[in-house]
Amino acid sequence: MGKTFTIVLVAITVVSAAFFIFHGQLLWLPEDVSVHGPGIDHQLMETMVGTGILFLLGQLVLCVFVWQSSGRKEGWKPRTFPGGPKPMVISAILAVGLEILALSFVGSKVWAGMYMNTPDSQALHIDVQAGQFAFYFRYAGPDSKFGELHPEKINQADGNFFGLDPRNDVAARDDVVTATMAIPVDRPIQLTMHSQDVIHSFYVRELRIHQDIVPGLMIPLHFTANKTGRFEIACTQLCGLGHYEMRAFLEVMPQDKFDAWLKQQESQ
Amino acid sequence: MSELELSAETGHAGLMEGSPYGIPSGKLAMWCFVLSDAVTFSALLFAYGYLRVGSPDWSTPFLFSPSIVNGLVMTFVLLSSGLTMLASVEAAKAGHTAAGTRWLWATCALGALFAVLHLLEWRRMIEEGWGLFRNPTGGSTEFGAAFFCVTGLHLLHVVGGVFALAIIALGFRRGKYNRIDVEVTGIYWHFVDLVWMFVFPLVYLMNAK
Amino acid sequence: MSEAAAHPAVHQHTAPTGFIRKYVFSVDHKVIGLQYYGLAIVAVVIGMALSWLMRLHLGWATLPIPGLEKLSPAGAPGNVMTPEYYLSLMTMHGTIMVFFVLTTAPFAGFGNYFLPIQVGAADMAFPRMNMMSFWVTFVAFLALMSAFFVPGGPPISGWTAYAPLSAVGQTSGPGEGWGQTMWAVSIAIFCVGQLLGSLNFIATTLDLRTRGMSLARLPLSTWAWFITSVIGLMAFAVLLPACILLILDRTAGTSFFLPSGLVFGDQMLPHSGGSPLLWQHLFWFFGHPEVYIAILPAIGIISHILPAFLRKPPLGPRVLVGCIASIGFLSYMVWGHHMFVSGMNPFSAILFSVPTLVITIPATIATLLWIGSVYGSRMQFTTAALFCLGFISVFTTGGLSGFFLAQPTIDTYLHATYFVVAHFHFVMAVAAIFGMFAGTYFWMPKMVGRMMNETLGKIHFWLTFVGVYCIFMPMHYIGLAGNVRRYAAFTDNFLVPLIPVHKFITIAALLTGAAQFLFLFNLIWTRFRGPKAADNPWGATSLEWSTTSPPPFDNFGGRQLVVHQEAYLYGVEGASADFIMQTSSETVEKP
Repeated sequence: MGKTFTIVLVAITVVSAAFFIFHGQLLWLPEDVSVHGPGIDHQLMETMVGTGILFLLGQLVLCVFVWQSSGRKEGWKPRTFPGGPKPMVISAILAVGLEILALSFVGSKVWAGMYMNTPDSQALHIDVQAGQFAFYFRYAGPDSKFGELHPEKINQADGNFFGLDPRNDVAARDDVVTATMAIPVDRPIQLTMHSQDVIHSFYVRELRIHQDIVPGLMIPLHFTANKTGRFEIACTQLCGLGHYEMRAFLEVMPQDKFDAWLKQQESQ
Repeated sequence: MSELELSAETGHAGLMEGSPYGIPSGKLAMWCFVLSDAVTFSALLFAYGYLRVGSPDWSTPFLFSPSIVNGLVMTFVLLSSGLTMLASVEAAKAGHTAAGTRWLWATCALGALFAVLHLLEWRRMIEEGWGLFRNPTGGSTEFGAAFFCVTGLHLLHVVGGVFALAIIALGFRRGKYNRIDVEVTGIYWHFVDLVWMFVFPLVYLMNAK
Repeated sequence: MSEAAAHPAVHQHTAPTGFIRKYVFSVDHKVIGLQYYGLAIVAVVIGMALSWLMRLHLGWATLPIPGLEKLSPAGAPGNVMTPEYYLSLMTMHGTIMVFFVLTTAPFAGFGNYFLPIQVGAADMAFPRMNMMSFWVTFVAFLALMSAFFVPGGPPISGWTAYAPLSAVGQTSGPGEGWGQTMWAVSIAIFCVGQLLGSLNFIATTLDLRTRGMSLARLPLSTWAWFITSVIGLMAFAVLLPACILLILDRTAGTSFFLPSGLVFGDQMLPHSGGSPLLWQHLFWFFGHPEVYIAILPAIGIISHILPAFLRKPPLGPRVLVGCIASIGFLSYMVWGHHMFVSGMNPFSAILFSVPTLVITIPATIATLLWIGSVYGSRMQFTTAALFCLGFISVFTTGGLSGFFLAQPTIDTYLHATYFVVAHFHFVMAVAAIFGMFAGTYFWMPKMVGRMMNETLGKIHFWLTFVGVYCIFMPMHYIGLAGNVRRYAAFTDNFLVPLIPVHKFITIAALLTGAAQFLFLFNLIWTRFRGPKAADNPWGATSLEWSTTSPPPFDNFGGRQLVVHQEAYLYGVEGASADFIMQTSSETVEKP
């Protein structure tokens, strides 16, 4: 039985590890298109290598000991691991402790770079509204001012997703509301996100950004995309029956194309 | 108290390992319950604090008279009940059953008085327009929710304690309960008192006008 | 409280008579333990069936499942599951498994049965309160099951029930009416039951140890149950008020978790002032210790069982107890790691990340101690032993995936993906359940006086061990690919290519689930036809093996045991046998 256990676990370990190593396109992160993304990806790779080694070591050493155990004859006198528990304690504290220190140190720098620095003054501001079950986006329009939000005025049928009051609010008159988020490439983007009903979440895998949108809060998020393309914005916080279909699309385009797009939206 | 007496009290009679805390199981269990209940109250007070700090229009409606005065009287009543509880435990320890029972009833009565005063205060506030989600002054409706929930949970504990005290008093007189049971009840009652010493400043004094 | 303590030898403990007193409203901790275990078996079958329905839908979203419409006409018209029905099954699956299986079987089930015996007591410190704690838990289970039958059906907000989805009532979606309220009521009642149970465990461990059973001689399983009850005492104490506040928000018009400006169907709700994040803080302050409550008893159980089949003492048992205690202590400091992207202050993410990573240290030490214990042994590969080895493997796998999620930067990408689902299933659904299986195969002879079938057991082990890796290892890969969790179906261009992996997982899940029927069959077969078990079929050392199988109603037949030895004296050089029982007064000359 012991030898069988070893063989089975070795097979499981090798196959599992193989999928991590030879993951191909399908079973891996999509290509990163953000400025802060490499920091995250680097952190992920470090962790993958570290935990991968621990995974292989842990499972395979267990296998070795089990194999040896099952090969012993009647009358075997049990032997204690050399050094007793002390080497376990020391190696865990050293190996894991050092790994934790390294990861935390580097990770905090990456995290701070994402969340704890001041957004660029040249950033393009986009307002994001989440609601059961769609995202809507708002640009400030030619006056560069966002109109005020009035939740009591939200009306899906009239297309007033944000609850704007253009009749009384001058700034709201030229606000551009779209169902697709378009942004210029290589330009810092500042999002302000809010929800009208339950908690949603804003997740763009390729941009390595993920932020819950909590009703009652105005949540800032900033990033810069450095590749053009069309990417999915998925809602990842369970928000009701339509959660699995709640998504929008992010179009990253060259600055001139974006200007043309925005102009076209404004004219509508 | 010697280990032998302690064991005899709890029936271990030297056949068991002594409890590391040297107290009978009933007392240990009550301490554990108190610890757990303290965490419950802490969670509620945390919720109250969290909402208060996040609220831009928090009300502070408690005038010195009648609210704070009433609160002070209630505090005095509860603290006195703590003293009578202590007296009861001391009398029970010394073996004076009759005196112990009298002090238990005194504690019970003071606890009941606290509850009555509290309910009268609630009634006054409700008449003024306060509710779980109603604020007659137009400020945050969270005030009512926090106030009635925190004080309500405490009141529930007081009322429960009053019933427990009555049952223990009746049983102690008859010999059904012993001095350990009185001590255990005492631990609970002092805990209820202690919670009030947090509730009063945090809910009443901090919301005084 | 006149039953301030049980009196083992002094107390005139008469055996109960009559069916009701013996098997229904029994104060005997052994009966209560079996009742909890039975409840957990019923719950796990229901929970597993729910998971099969979920997996079928995820692999084949438009597949009609025969009989489903009968079960729920609104949830599965034409036998095809609606998205909201999927979510309600998912919610009930999580709730049933976490509360009524993982908190019940390894902890309340085996703990109730064996803790008093392992410390040498005739019963728990408060037998009547113990009985109450089971029946309170049972009522909580009934309340939860009622959610299937109330108007609107079960809730759809997941076992985590985030507000506002869970707090506004019917408006936010199907099942959010009565179903969610019954959920909250059930969980609140469950908290009370667990609290009562914890009091008993703590008092019994500290006060009712028989002579010679010092704390240092306690078996590792008892230590784990004891530490778990201390954790539970404070964790459930937070969930209880949270559920009550949720019920108030839903029924009494309060706004603890509801801010102003909520608009559903173009109607603005009158709530104001509350915070959805408050629910998350309260829930996860409970929720994180809860998952350790789920795993620590299993850790204790396999640490207890492994030495019996290694025929050598465990490596560093005191260190292991220290690890269990420090994991318990640290578990209170990490709740925010469930909230890295929640909208709370980003600085707090770093604060929560550090203790989360630090917890890996005692967990790693424990794993190394187990692996190091296998070194130099000549192991007996019984089914129970195999499940212990399997536990070590899956606990390592599940723990390592936690390493990724503990870092906010990486969690930014992996949050709410199948990577998280893989992680918690490995540590909870697999590792903790392996502990339950190991405990069953090891202790069933003691509990019912009959040996389980080893051949069936071994087949069960192999199918399960391979099966769980087939189910949950692929979830890491699709998680890395960005497969979002809690989706009822995968309909977009990004996720459709991953459906073949889901199909594989589903088939693995159904096959592994089917294998569990071998276990259920074995349980039933053993109870009625299993060969009679001796007092100590495994040659084990702890006190449960110093009495008959099954034990008499007062555990030791009126005897007052005296303990002379530590808990795991296996393979002692110079001893008369290859094990020394705790009650033995044998002294061995050190060579």
